[in-house]
Amino acid sequence: MELAVFILAALASVGCCLMVITQKNPVRAVLFLVMAFVAQAVLFVQLSALFVAVLQIVVYAGAIMVLFLFVIMLLNLRRDEFGKDSHSFQRWAAMILAGALAVELILVVVNRTGEATGVSTCPADFGSVESVGELLFTKYLLPFEATSMLLMAALLGAVVLAKRKLDD
Amino acid sequence: MNWTLILIQVVKVIAVFAVLLTCCAWMTWLERKLVARIQTRLGPMNTGYQGLLQPIADMFKLIFKEDITPGHVDKWIYNLAPLAAFIPATLSIAVVPFGDSITLFGERIDLVISNLNVGILYVLAVTSLGVYALIMAGWSSNSKYSLLGGLRSAAQMISYEIGMGLAIVVVVLMSGTLNLVEIVDKQSSVLDWFVFKNPVAFVIYFICAIAETNRNPFDLPEAESELVAGYNTEYSSMKFGMFFVGEYANMITVGAIATTLFFGGWHGPILPPIVWFAIKVAVFEVFFIWMRGTLPRLRYDQLMAFGWKILLPLAVLNVLVTAFFKL
Repeated sequence: MELAVFILAALASVGCCLMVITQKNPVRAVLFLVMAFVAQAVLFVQLSALFVAVLQIVVYAGAIMVLFLFVIMLLNLRRDEFGKDSHSFQRWAAMILAGALAVELILVVVNRTGEATGVSTCPADFGSVESVGELLFTKYLLPFEATSMLLMAALLGAVVLAKRKLDD
Repeated sequence: MNWTLILIQVVKVIAVFAVLLTCCAWMTWLERKLVARIQTRLGPMNTGYQGLLQPIADMFKLIFKEDITPGHVDKWIYNLAPLAAFIPATLSIAVVPFGDSITLFGERIDLVISNLNVGILYVLAVTSLGVYALIMAGWSSNSKYSLLGGLRSAAQMISYEIGMGLAIVVVVLMSGTLNLVEIVDKQSSVLDWFVFKNPVAFVIYFICAIAETNRNPFDLPEAESELVAGYNTEYSSMKFGMFFVGEYANMITVGAIATTLFFGGWHGPILPPIVWFAIKVAVFEVFFIWMRGTLPRLRYDQLMAFGWKILLPLAVLNVLVTAFFKL
């Protein structure tokens, strides 16, 4: 039963991710990405990390992707506008980086130490609200605060940009 | 695996969704009747006593109507949008406790489909998915009215979700748990109801909930006079109907969650818990309809200004004050 759910969710996740990068239509690509996030949330549920699963949906599927869609709909890109200014440098850099990542992933899988761990070997409070909160405010305090500063800067930048437009 | 437990769970799921969908159908009747009384009309009278069979007639009408798919739509997304409206609307009822645990055939049964530790976050997650239906319908219809309706609703939902989340944070601060069953347990006597402990949070939650359900006075996405019907302009037949079932299911779940968070859930004297729960939710639904019959629609810029400049600062202040007193 659990294995069946895992296989379904994993297949859905990988399939949706493939659709994201092969779709020509940006709105469809975003919707597939949302589905991929939901499938990944199912995988988190299987690790009994409910809090992480819910965060995955609230933050990524519920908030960030809505903004993505919003922007794409406002720009209303047409099909012929794609591929016009695809920077060849970026394309090559992306391909090299993706290749490096793939090699890294394969190395990790090949060189793994010990047996694969299942749900039963996760610590009892894995991915619970308490454990995530505790880690955020102890072990990962510095990255956490740094991220909040970064978000604050982005927020201020957005306000400044929007304000300038109003003044014109 | 224990088959009795699985059977109980399946029965619970089917029962809750059957009741929810039946309530959705008769909510349309209630709405038409109440709005009619407010406007000194009678409302539906001919199908059954006082028009009580009207929802069934409506259902048959919608199912047997011709299902027109306009030629200029994006077919996949167009056809999936009604489902995307309907499913998230019904999902959040799964964590709402509608009664105390009972003992039946020697098994202890909790009257809640799923007693999640992060129940309230689950509700937020599921409601945040509801916006996709409106965006999908608006975009795929390829019509200006639909697109404008979809864009409006997206902006509106994003804006009011924040206030709603902050109002819920206050409840979490007061109760010290994210579990809806435990939140209900914390409000066992009337004086402990969170609506009396922090009325501001309730008012903020309620306003945001109306905005989330796209009900009057926040029904800008489907403002008939300017957008024809908004995001569902190009839909017909049962696909059109699905958006409405979704909207009514949303109203019921929002009422149920407001009952759970602020009005002590199923707690109440003398009558059985389920009856109390039903009464409290019903009061909310009548209030929703009453507001629709009474209040005019807000203008779009007023709606956004109200959400960001009044509701959000108020909600943040409320969280600060509540946290201060919890120190």
